[in-house]
Amino acid sequence: MLTGSQVLFKMLEEENVDTIFGYPGGAVLDIYHEMARHDIKHILVRHEQGAIHAADGYARASGKVGVCLVTSGPGATNTVTGIANAYMDSIPVVVLTGQVPTAMIGNDAFQEADITGITRPCTKHNFLVRHVDELGRTIKEAFHIARSGRPGPVLIDLPKDVIQAVTDEATLSYPLSFAEDVVEPIEERCAEALALIRQAKRPLILAGGGVLLGRAWGELEAFAKTINCPVTASLMGIGAFPGTEPLWLGMLGMHGTYYANMAISACDLLIAIGVRFDDRVTSKVDAFASRAKIIHVDIDPVSIDKIIKADVSIVGDCKPVLQLLSQWATNDRTFTGGEQTKAWLAEIADWKAKVPLSYCRGERIKPQYVIEKLYELTKGEAIITTEVGQNQMWTAQFYRFDKPNHFISSGGLGTMGFGLPAAIGAQVAFPDQLVVDIAGDGSIQMNIQEMATAVQYNLPVKIIVLNNGFLGMVRQWQEMFYGKNYSQTNMHYAPDFVKLAEAYGAKGLRATTPGEVVRILQEGLAAPGPVMMDFQIEPEECVYPMVKPGMPLTEMALGKPAAAQ
Amino acid sequence: MEIRENTISILVNNKPDVMARIAGTFSGRGFNIETISVNVTEDPKVSKIVLTTWGNQDTINKIEKQLNRMVDVLQVDDLTGKDSIRRELALIRVKKGEQTKELLQAIDTHRWNIVSSDDDYCVLEIPGDKGIIEEALATLKPLGMDDFTRTGTIALARRTNNK
Repeated sequence: MLTGSQVLFKMLEEENVDTIFGYPGGAVLDIYHEMARHDIKHILVRHEQGAIHAADGYARASGKVGVCLVTSGPGATNTVTGIANAYMDSIPVVVLTGQVPTAMIGNDAFQEADITGITRPCTKHNFLVRHVDELGRTIKEAFHIARSGRPGPVLIDLPKDVIQAVTDEATLSYPLSFAEDVVEPIEERCAEALALIRQAKRPLILAGGGVLLGRAWGELEAFAKTINCPVTASLMGIGAFPGTEPLWLGMLGMHGTYYANMAISACDLLIAIGVRFDDRVTSKVDAFASRAKIIHVDIDPVSIDKIIKADVSIVGDCKPVLQLLSQWATNDRTFTGGEQTKAWLAEIADWKAKVPLSYCRGERIKPQYVIEKLYELTKGEAIITTEVGQNQMWTAQFYRFDKPNHFISSGGLGTMGFGLPAAIGAQVAFPDQLVVDIAGDGSIQMNIQEMATAVQYNLPVKIIVLNNGFLGMVRQWQEMFYGKNYSQTNMHYAPDFVKLAEAYGAKGLRATTPGEVVRILQEGLAAPGPVMMDFQIEPEECVYPMVKPGMPLTEMALGKPAAAQ
Repeated sequence: MEIRENTISILVNNKPDVMARIAGTFSGRGFNIETISVNVTEDPKVSKIVLTTWGNQDTINKIEKQLNRMVDVLQVDDLTGKDSIRRELALIRVKKGEQTKELLQAIDTHRWNIVSSDDDYCVLEIPGDKGIIEEALATLKPLGMDDFTRTGTIALARRTNNK
């Protein structure tokens, strides 16, 4: 006979879970009591939001299912933002929440929350386990749901009496049959796609998060090179194609590169893989890729024809689709020598030369410069997490990612405060790799308490605060659209980040002039343990290019209006 | 694209939160539920939900995809067209009074079923498609109709589709 707690750990071991990010509480006392008898690593955070973001960052970096454990009531509700974040970006995490005993559910008990009700719209699925006999099966099903098809967060609500009750081991051993997702054959659709690709003179590949989730970066690179097709990506697709390759055009969309936005507007064939055509990518939908036929590959039928109508849609896992297309294209003479796309690539090279990503040096430190230097000093090999806003956009623009799953950023929900706990999660997944969180002074304060977590476990995450004393991206919009009415975006009341880091037991460094940037970066990156580097940057720097809301991608602001400079 | 009333039949696992999930998805995605009906099937672990919703074909495609994505949804069928039968049931209470003579005539003409009758009230049971129900309600309104309850639309395909 096993208790519910014992069942939980047995099932976690079966799922090869070696790490849990969590925070104890009354409802989960029995789980924590049992935990001590198992080999599993537990990272104690300082806020449950830190636990879910860390599990999320762990999952994004490693490809495994992230697991977090929190107590009932406020413990559970504190994870809602992180769950919604994982849901928007399709990240596989399993969230274990304590719950009051089954007899008390619905009575407004102490630390009770209807977390399954609250998270129903933002989980891929969730469960309330009402009897210990169901527990083993539920956990197994939860992991399957989290990682299969289009991944997503799954929550399991665990009432205290269920965890304490005993069950026979037999309840764990009956075979679980999952209604297999119907896999549609892809050959016919791939043939249609290839027919379009053969005719295209100006093809463009748009890679999204789905390529990374499908672990198909190798297949993507092979395919793109076989057909000599340039590649761009949404924010979530960064890293799906090597950033130093000549075919790479950088990210497209609202803050995409000039040449990526021009290319997508001029292409005659758009091969979209693992993207969902979010509004940051498309801007004005009617004007998006208006000259192109569209091939859309996605594992989730919901994304197909939701916003952009596809000429050829392929519902399926992008890995086998890319493998098949590559295989056929390799033997197809149309693509030999790259003659077909030569003129197109020259046109794009022209755009690249005409309007490269740029910024102006000045007396103050420029954030783009910090990122460029970071890129050089880390040889482009660090795992980089970001917060949200300007810090995120500059990172996406100025750090080139050659490796997949090295750029970890909250895309769909755009959650400030994600970067630090996500960096912790990534560091736990890869203890020997350099992990850097690029933050703004606003974002870093949202989950600053996780500095204690980094110090406790000696997770040597390096935090770069691009400190402009503002809520940067909002200030930029106020500058561009609200006549510089900086309403409530002034963040000058901020802590001394160096003293704050030191108060937590971490190292703190500061750079105030451009001349200090490289030295501080070198010192910070080389120092053992967690480090916070405060770079005091130009306060009113803006992210360019920018496509204003509702405009077609071809209409980009490339810099501040002349008078303002 | 033409906007019309669509009838969707959904087979689901008979679990406590399935209705909540479906209702939540409809409201969260901006789809409406005009009517809804649910009951068990031959297999007590499987329930059938039939609901009606307004939309064009594009909307219906989106709804079907959202439903198919749910873990507890087993099958989704569009039962809008001529290949299906759709029915509702209405219970209508009528207060007897000045119009009783016309009321009784109407009941007689339409052959409506009286399921309850006393000195003051009678309750009629009227099955039919939506048109028949609405016509009945319109007829009874001036004849002393007091209150009514309508079921959601239920539907069944005339023949089995071999999937």
